[in-house]
Amino acid sequence: MMLVLERRAAQSMAMTFLSPALAIAITVVIGGVIFTSLGLDPLKALYIYFIEPVTSLWSIEEVIVKAAPLVLIGVGLSVCFTANVWNIGAEGQLTIGALFGAVIPIYFTGWQSPLVLLLMLVLGALGGALFAAIPAFLKTRFNANEILTSLMLVYVAQLLLDWLVRGPWRDPQGYNFPQSVPFEGWQLLPVLGEGRVHIGAFLAVIAALVLFFMMDRSLRGFEIRVVGRAPRAGAFAGFAEKRVIWFCFLLSGALAGLAGLCEVAGPSGQLQPNISPGYGFTAIIVAFLGRLNPIGVIFAGILLAISYLGGEAVQVELGISDKTAQVFQGILLFLILACDTLIHYRVRFASAVVKQA
Amino acid sequence: MRNIIGSIVIGLAITIAGTAHAADKLKVGFIYVGPIGDHGWSYQHDQGRLALEKELGDKVETVFVEKVAEGPDAERAITRLARQKAGLIFTTSFGFMNPTLKVAKKFPKVKFEHATGFKRSKNVGTYNARFYEGRYINGKIAAKMSKSGVAGYIASFPIPEVVMGINAFILGAQTVNPDFKLKVVWVNSWFDPGKEADAAKVLIGQGADILTQHTDSTAAMQIADEKGVHAFGQASDMIKFGPKAQLTAIINNWAPYYIERAKAVLNGTWKSVGSWKGLTAGTVKMAAYTNMPAGVSKMAAETEAKISSGELHPFQGPIYKQDGSLAVPAGKTLGDGPLLGMNWYVKGVDGKLPK
Amino acid sequence: MSAVEAVILTIITASTPLLLAAVGELVTERSGVLNLGVEGMMIMGAVCGFVAAHVTGSAAVGILAGLIAGIAMSLIFAFLTQTLMTSQVATGLALTLLGLGLSGLIGESFTGQPGVKLAALTIPVLSGIPFLGPILFGQDILVYLSLALTAAVAYVLFRTRTGLIISAVGGNHHSAHALGYNVIGVRYACIAFGGACSGLAGAYLSLVYTPQWIENMSAGRGWVALALVVFATWIPKRVLIGAYLFGTVWIMGLYVQALGVAIPSQLLSSLPYLVTIAALIIISGNRTITKVNTPACIGQPFAPER
Repeated sequence: MMLVLERRAAQSMAMTFLSPALAIAITVVIGGVIFTSLGLDPLKALYIYFIEPVTSLWSIEEVIVKAAPLVLIGVGLSVCFTANVWNIGAEGQLTIGALFGAVIPIYFTGWQSPLVLLLMLVLGALGGALFAAIPAFLKTRFNANEILTSLMLVYVAQLLLDWLVRGPWRDPQGYNFPQSVPFEGWQLLPVLGEGRVHIGAFLAVIAALVLFFMMDRSLRGFEIRVVGRAPRAGAFAGFAEKRVIWFCFLLSGALAGLAGLCEVAGPSGQLQPNISPGYGFTAIIVAFLGRLNPIGVIFAGILLAISYLGGEAVQVELGISDKTAQVFQGILLFLILACDTLIHYRVRFASAVVKQA
Repeated sequence: MRNIIGSIVIGLAITIAGTAHAADKLKVGFIYVGPIGDHGWSYQHDQGRLALEKELGDKVETVFVEKVAEGPDAERAITRLARQKAGLIFTTSFGFMNPTLKVAKKFPKVKFEHATGFKRSKNVGTYNARFYEGRYINGKIAAKMSKSGVAGYIASFPIPEVVMGINAFILGAQTVNPDFKLKVVWVNSWFDPGKEADAAKVLIGQGADILTQHTDSTAAMQIADEKGVHAFGQASDMIKFGPKAQLTAIINNWAPYYIERAKAVLNGTWKSVGSWKGLTAGTVKMAAYTNMPAGVSKMAAETEAKISSGELHPFQGPIYKQDGSLAVPAGKTLGDGPLLGMNWYVKGVDGKLPK
Repeated sequence: MSAVEAVILTIITASTPLLLAAVGELVTERSGVLNLGVEGMMIMGAVCGFVAAHVTGSAAVGILAGLIAGIAMSLIFAFLTQTLMTSQVATGLALTLLGLGLSGLIGESFTGQPGVKLAALTIPVLSGIPFLGPILFGQDILVYLSLALTAAVAYVLFRTRTGLIISAVGGNHHSAHALGYNVIGVRYACIAFGGACSGLAGAYLSLVYTPQWIENMSAGRGWVALALVVFATWIPKRVLIGAYLFGTVWIMGLYVQALGVAIPSQLLSSLPYLVTIAALIIISGNRTITKVNTPACIGQPFAPER
C-alpha cells in the first residue's frame, strides 16, 4: 500500500474552503486525544479552550487585543511570503518601531496634542520599515539569505531595547528599575470605552482590507504573485525581483513597527524590556493559517488569539500546561499545510506501483 | 453602550464575588513570572502557596498562573484571577507592578500584593525580603573558605536589588579579608542556564573559587560541583545539584507572609502595607551550613543570629563607595530608602556598574 | 587550571552542539532540502535525551534517545515535504514550533531535576599532559564524535559515490531522476541524518552543557546552526571553523565582562549575532563562491511527472 499523489487538472474549489476546516477538525480531535491522555474530560477541556474565550464580553475584548498585533503583522507577512520573501524578523521590526515611536514621550514628555499620536504612529511604522530595510539591502546587494539576517537582527533589536530601557531611557523616578517614563494623554492610544481594545485593532482591519484589494486587484499585487510563483516569468514580464523584495520588506516592516508601537502605547503604556510575547513569530503562523490571504489572516489571527486565551484559561481552571497551546498551534500548522496538498493533488492508495524502466 | 454593558457585567461580577466571599472559601491567586519548576524564584513562591494551603486549607483555596510574561499579557492574567472571584492575589515579579495597579482599580474589593515593587494603592500592598542579609553571611563564609581570595558573582540585571546583594556580599567578605576581590558577570536574564553555566566557567577560569549568583537556575551550582569549587544556592536549597559544592543557600521563605496576609483578609483586617522582612521574621532562611569546617559554620550561625536580633546590620558604617567617597559614616546605618535605590558599588568590587 | 585553558574548554563545549547540528543540516541541504526545523529537532533531542537518561540512569541511553527523537521529528518533516509536497520553509517553521511546544509538555514533570552527566573520557597518560592534555584528550565522547562526523561527512560527500549521488540530487533532481536515482529516497535519508545530528546536539545540551532540563534550552542555537551552513558554503571543513568561531565570540563576550571592561553587556551579547550577519554578508556577497557551492535545487519540491 503506497500513498500516491495525482496532480489535479485544476485547483479544487471545494478543497480551498474545506482544507482549513478539515485541518481545524483534525486538530480538535488530536486535542481531545491529548487531553484524555492527561486524564481530563476532553469535551470540557476543549470547551474551555475554544468556546469559552468567546462567551464573555471581557474575553472577547481580550481576544481582540491579542489578535490586533497578530493580524497587523500577519497581513504584511502574507504579502511577503506570497512573493517568496521570507521576513522572519518581524519581531525585531516590531521592537524598533516601538523604540522610534517612544522617542516622543521620552524626549518630549510634556508635549500633548492629537499630533503627538499621529506622529508616534508614523514613527512606529518608519522605525519598522527602516529596520526591515537592512535584510532587504543585504539580500539585494549581497544575496545574503534573508531568513537568517532578519532573524539575527531580532536578537540585536531586543538587546538594543534592553540596553536603552536599563540605561539612557530609564525612568528617573523609577528607582532604577528597567522601564521608561509612563506615556500620558495623547501619547497613549485611544481605547474603546473602558476596555482595552485600542485603535490598533481598527488599523489591523483597515490594513487587511487595503492589502486584500492591493493583492487582488492591483498591478503591484499581480507582480508580487508572479515573482513569488515564477520568478523567471516575472523577469520576462519586466517585474524586477529586487523591487518586489524591497517593497515586501518595507511594507511588512512598517506594519510590524506599527504593531509594536500600538503595543507599547496601548496595553503597556510604557517601554519595558519585554514588549511582545513573540508576536512577530506567531504572526508567521497566522499568515500561513490565513493561507497568505489578508482577509483570511483576520480569521486566522482571531483563531490563534482564542487558542492563546484558551491555553491560559485551561492552565488556571484545569491545571494543565500552557504548552498545550503551542503544541496545538504546531499541529494545526502542520495539518493546514498537509491539507493544502489536497487542493492541488488527489490522494490515492495504490496497491502496487509499476517501476519505470 | 459597550461602556454600560461592561459596567453592568463588572458590577454584577463584583457583587456576586462579594456575596460569595461570605459563604465560600477565600480564593487566593498567585501570578508567577517563571515556571514553578525553575527550582528558584517561582518555585519558592509556589512552596509558599502550598504551605498556605496546608495551614489554612479549610478556609482557603489557591489557584495560580505560571510563566506570565511581564507586559500586556500580565494584565489579562491578573484580571482573569480577579474575575474568577479571587479575594487576594499575589503578583510575584517587579514587572507586574503597573498591570497590578490597573487591575486593582477595576476590582476595588479584591486585595493585591505585589512583590519587589514600590507603588501601593488602597487595595495594593507591596512586599519584599531582605535578601541582602543572607548575602552578607555568604560573603563572610566566602572569605573564610576561599583560597584565592576571589569570588565570582553571576548577576542578572543592574537593578538596586541586585546591586544591594553584591554590596552586602563584599561587605561581609571584607570583614574577614579586607582585600577580598569580587568579579561580576551580567547575563542579562533572570533565568538562562546555558549562559549561567558559561559565566560560571569563565569566572572559575579567572581565578574565582567561590561562586554566587543572583539568577534563578541551578546551572552554576552544577558547574561548581563539577569543577570542585564552592558555591551558594540562590532562592532555594540547591544541595541536590551541588552536593559537594554548596556551602549554604539563601532560601526565600514566603510561607509565613502568605499565611499572615491570608489571615488578615479572612479577619477583615487587611491594609495596604510595604512589607520588607528578613531573617528576623523568617522570610529569609539560610540552608544548612555544609561542606565547611566547624569553625566557619559556627561563625556563620553567629552572624545569622546577630542579624536576626538586630544587633548587626550589613550596611552599617563606615562604608566607602567605589570612587572613595564615604557613603555611610561610622556609627550610622544605611536607611531603607537609599537601599531601595542603590546604584553604586562598594569599594572592592572589580569593574564598573553598568549604567 | 589557567584562565586560557578554562576559556578554551568552555569554547569547545559551546561550539560542539552547533557543529553537530550544522553538519547534519549540511547533508540535508546538499540533497536539496531546506529544513528550518533544526531548533525543534534539537530541543526534542534535548528533552528526550534528558528524560531517558534520568529514568534509566544512563547517559548513553540518553544519547540514543536524543538521536531517535531527532530522527522521528525529521521524518514528520520528510513525509510532509517529500510525499505531500508542502512548502519546505513553512513546514520547517511548523516543526520548530511543534518541537518547542511538545518538548515543554514532555519535560514538564522533569524540570528542576538534576540530570545525568555524560562523563568526560580520561585517556590514561595523554590527558595528564598539562594544558594540552585536558583540551585534546579529556573531552566527552560527543566532542570527538562531532569532529569525526565532520571528517566523515567531508569524506563521503567528496570522495564516494554516495556523496556524488547526494550532490546530484541536490544539484539537479530532474537529471538525477532521469539517471534512475531515487530522489525522494535519498532525500528522506539525508533528512533523517540531519535529524539524527540535531537530536544529538540537543542531547549534548541536556546531558553535558547543563545537565538538566529547562524549557527552550536550545536558546536559538538551531538558527545559528542554519546560518553556519550558509556561512560554510555547504563545505564541512568550513562548518567546523564557523562553529568554533561563533563559540569563541560567544564566550569572549562573557570573558571580557568578567575582566571588568566597561562595555555594555548587551553589546557584548549581541556580538555573536552581528558577527554571524557579517559572515553571511561576506560569504554570500561573493557570488562566485555561492553559485559554485549552493545546491541548485534547494527548497524546491521534487515532483516527477506522474
